Amino acid sequence: VSHSQITRLYSRFTSLDKGENGTLSREDFQRIPELAINPLGDRIINAFFPEGEDQVNFRGFMRTLAHFRPIEDNEKNKDQNGPEPLNSRSNKLHFAFRLYDLDKDDKISRDELLQVLRMMVGVNISDEQLGSIADRTIQEADQDGDSAISFAEFVKVLEKVDVEQKMSIRFLH
Amino acid sequence: MFLLLPFDSLVVNLLGISITVLFTLLLVFIIVPAIFGVSFGIRKVYMKTLLKIFQWATLRIERGAKEKNHPLYKPYVNGIIAKEPTSLEEEIKELRRSGSGKALDAPEFELSDIFYFCRKGVETIMDDEVTKRFSAEELESWNLLSRTNYNFQYISLRLTVLWGLGVLIRYCFLLPLRIALAFTGISLLVTGTTVVGYLPNGRCKEFLSKHVHLMCYRICVRALTAIITYHDRENRPRNGGICVANHTSPIDVIILASDGYYAMVGQIHGGLMGVIQRAMVKACPHVWFERSEVRDRHLVARRLTEHVQDKSKLPILIFPEGTCINNTSVMMFKKGSFEIGATVYPVAIKYDPQFGDAFWNSSKYGMVTYLLRMMTSWAIVCSVWYLPPMTRQPEEDAVQFANRVKSAIARQGGLVDLDGGLKREKVKDTFKEEQQKLYSKMIVGNHEDRSRS
Repeated sequence: VSHSQITRLYSRFTSLDKGENGTLSREDFQRIPELAINPLGDRIINAFFPEGEDQVNFRGFMRTLAHFRPIEDNEKNKDQNGPEPLNSRSNKLHFAFRLYDLDKDDKISRDELLQVLRMMVGVNISDEQLGSIADRTIQEADQDGDSAISFAEFVKVLEKVDVEQKMSIRFLH
Repeated sequence: MFLLLPFDSLVVNLLGISITVLFTLLLVFIIVPAIFGVSFGIRKVYMKTLLKIFQWATLRIERGAKEKNHPLYKPYVNGIIAKEPTSLEEEIKELRRSGSGKALDAPEFELSDIFYFCRKGVETIMDDEVTKRFSAEELESWNLLSRTNYNFQYISLRLTVLWGLGVLIRYCFLLPLRIALAFTGISLLVTGTTVVGYLPNGRCKEFLSKHVHLMCYRICVRALTAIITYHDRENRPRNGGICVANHTSPIDVIILASDGYYAMVGQIHGGLMGVIQRAMVKACPHVWFERSEVRDRHLVARRLTEHVQDKSKLPILIFPEGTCINNTSVMMFKKGSFEIGATVYPVAIKYDPQFGDAFWNSSKYGMVTYLLRMMTSWAIVCSVWYLPPMTRQPEEDAVQFANRVKSAIARQGGLVDLDGGLKREKVKDTFKEEQQKLYSKMIVGNHEDRSRS
């Protein structure tokens, strides 16, 4: 990330920080109208806050946003022994996995899947229909027969999806 | 000690003379033209000189930055991230296409669908269309006001001197001048309208009232050094109509009212504003509401309708956005004023932020701080376009009519027309439900087919 991009994001951080105390709370995020109308808005906001905390500082803000950095070509062949960059394919998938997996037990249970589905469709689909959609999805993805989707199974289902492109946000300059 | 005495009186004399000269100049060059509505063109010359100086200042900063080899902070108006303008359906279809080889038209749920919502959400966190309209617009070149400077460290000595000179001129010369003018304007307004109020109703009263109002607004315009260009004045609002404009600051009222005679709508305030409001209503009928009445929408609508139906009463001035926006876009109009059924005269106001940003960020500055900032800027430059009148067509409802007027104003003023842009408060759930409905269509339907087969 270049110097000007960081400056710009910091400017954004401060304009969201209405209390001007250097950290963002959940209310600060909820004030963004376009985020409030996103069905998964609350889950995404949660992703910014580390376990049990209510405030996120600029570093934490940047860390979460770093997941969405586009993958550069020259990074793919980098040193495999170093720590994995936050915007690797695996970490991007992990970010999405965490949106489903609310209790952070590394498995998406039927209930968790139902919850997310309910958030995305609102009141337009009945419980039974939603239930059968959830069952079918778990059936197709589940390979070790525990009626839940683990991270490995999640990755397998999505192996053909172009995650790098879909979960990346490019800067204009 | 004896030497001081004659020196003292000399200083006092000099002061006395300069103040007298100042006031005569004031009178001749500013107030008299204001009374008669003519202009010497001094402000236009002032504007041109300032522009040249600003361009020079920006060049120097850029040169300074290049020499030190540092990147400059350049403000970008069009957003900082690349957003794909595709819809929910297209994006999800694409996700599924790359994910599995299944039939594309069969609606069903995929785990990858979540990526769409996820990315959209994070995009809006990084840069959304609405929140940035509530902070002042960023300028491409520097206008010698420290409040708009983002590259402080690259200023050379010459530039600092110029800036210092600018501060001196603005605070020591322009500010007292403007405050004196504002004071004159407001007191004339209050006394003038009260005096006119004592006259019996009739043409004489109307004539005098109109001219008192216009004169005082013109003085206030000069108090802010507002340089206004009016376009299409043949479309100016007439009696029995509603004048609708986009809202950037309380100064909008002064700008519009100095060129036309309007009835104002608003809440009665206490303090100085209240005094002004009460005086104004003596001379001609404005529509002021008590604080308690403001909540009662029916009462408001009824009073406005009564006013509008009386053809002898003046056109009402309304700002349907309801709040101050930073003048780069037009937000959603509240439909109340469009339900009344009168002819609507749209007006577009566009400020040039180069000389002084007129946007009032009411969460950041109070009214007095705001006015002081206005009076210590170089000038307020704006253009006003009077658009041809519009009426509600039989097949459209108030919301559609409001949107039509909004688009016309946005197009004329060169502002972005935002769909469903909302205030700082929480959003209504209807928008979220729309998204949810759209998405449900994508995953349901499959089961209807299945149950049949």
